Amino acid sequence: MGKTLLMGNEAIARGAIEAGLHLAAAYPGTPSSEIIGTLAAWAGDFSYYVEWSVNEKVAMEVAAGAAYAGARALVAMKQVGLNVASDPLMSLAYIGVKGALVVAVADDPGPHSSQTEQDTRTFAKFAKLPVFDPASPEEALEMTKDAFELSHRYGMPVFVRPTTRVCHATAGVEFSEIQSFPTEGFVKDPRWVIFPRLSYERHRWVESQLQKLAAEFSENRWNRITPGDRLGIVAGGVSYYYAVEAARDLGLHPTVLKIGNPHPAPLAKIEAFLRQVDRVIVVEELDPVLEEAVLAVAGSIGFAGQIHGKISGDLPRAGEYSVDLVKRVLAELTEVAGDAAAASTLDAPPQLPVRPPVLCAGCPHRASFYAVKRATKGLDAIYTGDIGCYTLGNAPPLAMVDTCLCMGAGITVGQGLHRIEPERPVFAFIGDSTFFHTGIPGLINAVYNKHAVKLVLLDNSTTAMTGHQPHPGMGRTASGEVTQVVDVVALIRACGVGLVEEVNPLDLKAAEGAVKKALEYPGVAAIVMRYPCVALYKPTRRFRVDASQCVNCKRCIKELGCPAFYQEEKPVIGPSCYGCGLCAQVCPVGAIKEANS
Amino acid sequence: MKPSLDIVIAGVGGQGTVLASRVLAQAALEAGLSAKTSETIGMAQREGTVQSHVRIGKDECGPVIGAGRADVLLAFEPAEAVRALGLLKPGGFLMVNDYFIRPVTVTLGTSVYPTDAIMDYLENTPFQLKVVRAFETAVAAGSFKTVNTVMLGALIATGSLPFTREAVLKVLLDLVPAKARAMNEKAFELGAKL
Repeated sequence: MGKTLLMGNEAIARGAIEAGLHLAAAYPGTPSSEIIGTLAAWAGDFSYYVEWSVNEKVAMEVAAGAAYAGARALVAMKQVGLNVASDPLMSLAYIGVKGALVVAVADDPGPHSSQTEQDTRTFAKFAKLPVFDPASPEEALEMTKDAFELSHRYGMPVFVRPTTRVCHATAGVEFSEIQSFPTEGFVKDPRWVIFPRLSYERHRWVESQLQKLAAEFSENRWNRITPGDRLGIVAGGVSYYYAVEAARDLGLHPTVLKIGNPHPAPLAKIEAFLRQVDRVIVVEELDPVLEEAVLAVAGSIGFAGQIHGKISGDLPRAGEYSVDLVKRVLAELTEVAGDAAAASTLDAPPQLPVRPPVLCAGCPHRASFYAVKRATKGLDAIYTGDIGCYTLGNAPPLAMVDTCLCMGAGITVGQGLHRIEPERPVFAFIGDSTFFHTGIPGLINAVYNKHAVKLVLLDNSTTAMTGHQPHPGMGRTASGEVTQVVDVVALIRACGVGLVEEVNPLDLKAAEGAVKKALEYPGVAAIVMRYPCVALYKPTRRFRVDASQCVNCKRCIKELGCPAFYQEEKPVIGPSCYGCGLCAQVCPVGAIKEANS
Repeated sequence: MKPSLDIVIAGVGGQGTVLASRVLAQAALEAGLSAKTSETIGMAQREGTVQSHVRIGKDECGPVIGAGRADVLLAFEPAEAVRALGLLKPGGFLMVNDYFIRPVTVTLGTSVYPTDAIMDYLENTPFQLKVVRAFETAVAAGSFKTVNTVMLGALIATGSLPFTREAVLKVLLDLVPAKARAMNEKAFELGAKL
């Protein structure tokens, strides 16, 4: 069979299937979303079960339950999702699993689209669980299979930790046969009930497992030495390829230790490596996990050479690495000439336009933000935001997101703000998927503790930012089955919110009216702004500026910041117009019209 | 010796750089060459700066191309061509769509887009430059959204890739939705004539 072009996330999905997957669960988050998205798309061809869970904690627990019953389970999330799932995970490390439980957590050095640059390898050390750290999509497939096997054999959850440059890279990957395992079923046993006495025993068990794993990792194929001269390089993840390519371009021939299992560190392998080199450069993104392991072994064997890394100050702790960065550091530390090809001989370019991501043309969130902005004009209101496309509402000219912390925090941070400054109105914006994720407990808290904040639920009928995954409000499961719709309006009312307004944000007057009503209401109020994401439908109309009527006040441009507009002599609406018609409602002279009228 | 080639595709989120890089990588695999890509997926897709890297016939390397190492830069937008220029090796091939996409920052006046200066700059760089009218061609094919396909057609027609035009077209038509096939085929063929 030939090679198939797969993205790293698709390779993890394929690896799970080849390892005999029974159940997969996740909440979407860049760069991890395509793992479960792929499993959902392929579900019809296989017999595993796959779901989008409402949040990462739920996904982890669903997967754990399946593993208790002897199933091979996969749970996937982005690095900050692991914070949400950390409560069950920390205990699971002690309780252990039957079947197998692989926890795929995607890290995002840079970060490209995350709140933090936290390192899941560090989290794994804290949780006392083993990690596979793939350097490429090919490795992601193979490591996922090995992770299932290891999880089953050791009875522990096992991490697979790709980074963005593995998740969103593609490569030709070879498939192999699909294994199949029976599920034994859940067997009642005191081992499944965590009590302090059991915890102590299991803590001792976990520590002994880690010692065995460190020994096993010194012998497996993922931790290996490529012999060279007395210069040593230790690297893991995609940084391994940066280091190898940089060394090749610079004409260096180092001895390279590639570590694919950063925790528990393969101590015996590190010792064997240190005996072959005089000095070491450790290349890894984010935390100095490998460097600390190398330093520990170096200390215990009395290694006399220098060890360069983040702790020594030679490589950065923050940000994404690249072949160019590694090349610069290697050239400097080894005193060889730098890469001539990388030295730009170009003249300084002209000033380039700044091009940040923006809300799409036609995005209903723009209309929702604008309606609230108009209705609260002149008030010293605070607008708390949340995680999703709508975080982009912070950019001018809307400037309607004053805070963004983590999933579900908009509604709750708003309560603290309002308690300290009750005279300032607080509007908390939250997307539909985020509301199901962690918004509901915050809303209940507002009602219970009488924090009179105003919830603005941006209901665009999808999880847009991460690639349009279904959620409980949509009546459709991950694999496309029809299911019960969880009615957000009924849910908000059931939480005890006294005023709930439902409105189409593209009807500016009605939306503004609903916001004003919520503002006047003395208690917790909610406005459900409902209109689908532009990715869910084809545009049926477009708008144009009638230059003969346009007075060039530029209000359409300056109020909305829609990317379909550009300014020539007068404002022009370009081809990306989606026909939302918000601009036509903003134009004071009626110069914006449907294009065919 | 098997051919090896590093290609950078630069553009604006929404222009379809990911599809273009997948087509090239898949065509390489079908020609028996190794292929890797790295793409911008996520927040930047919403009208932000995006880049896809395609590495063909390269082993033991990561998916991202280093500075001054790309053989080809396929730019869907002029300012994005300039932004990615440092990746192109001296004498490398630079194909640029001449249609300017002005970001919101320019429309709002918080940033500038000196279009003439950018085109002048591109014309005076030490690369083999080919400027193409991909936007107008895409519109002629049926939709401005086929700029990526037009650019692929134009690139293949230069003969600088180690696979045939027919092979690339077949891969492309396999990857696009059935109802968009005729339009993409037309865009590809019109692109190849540019």
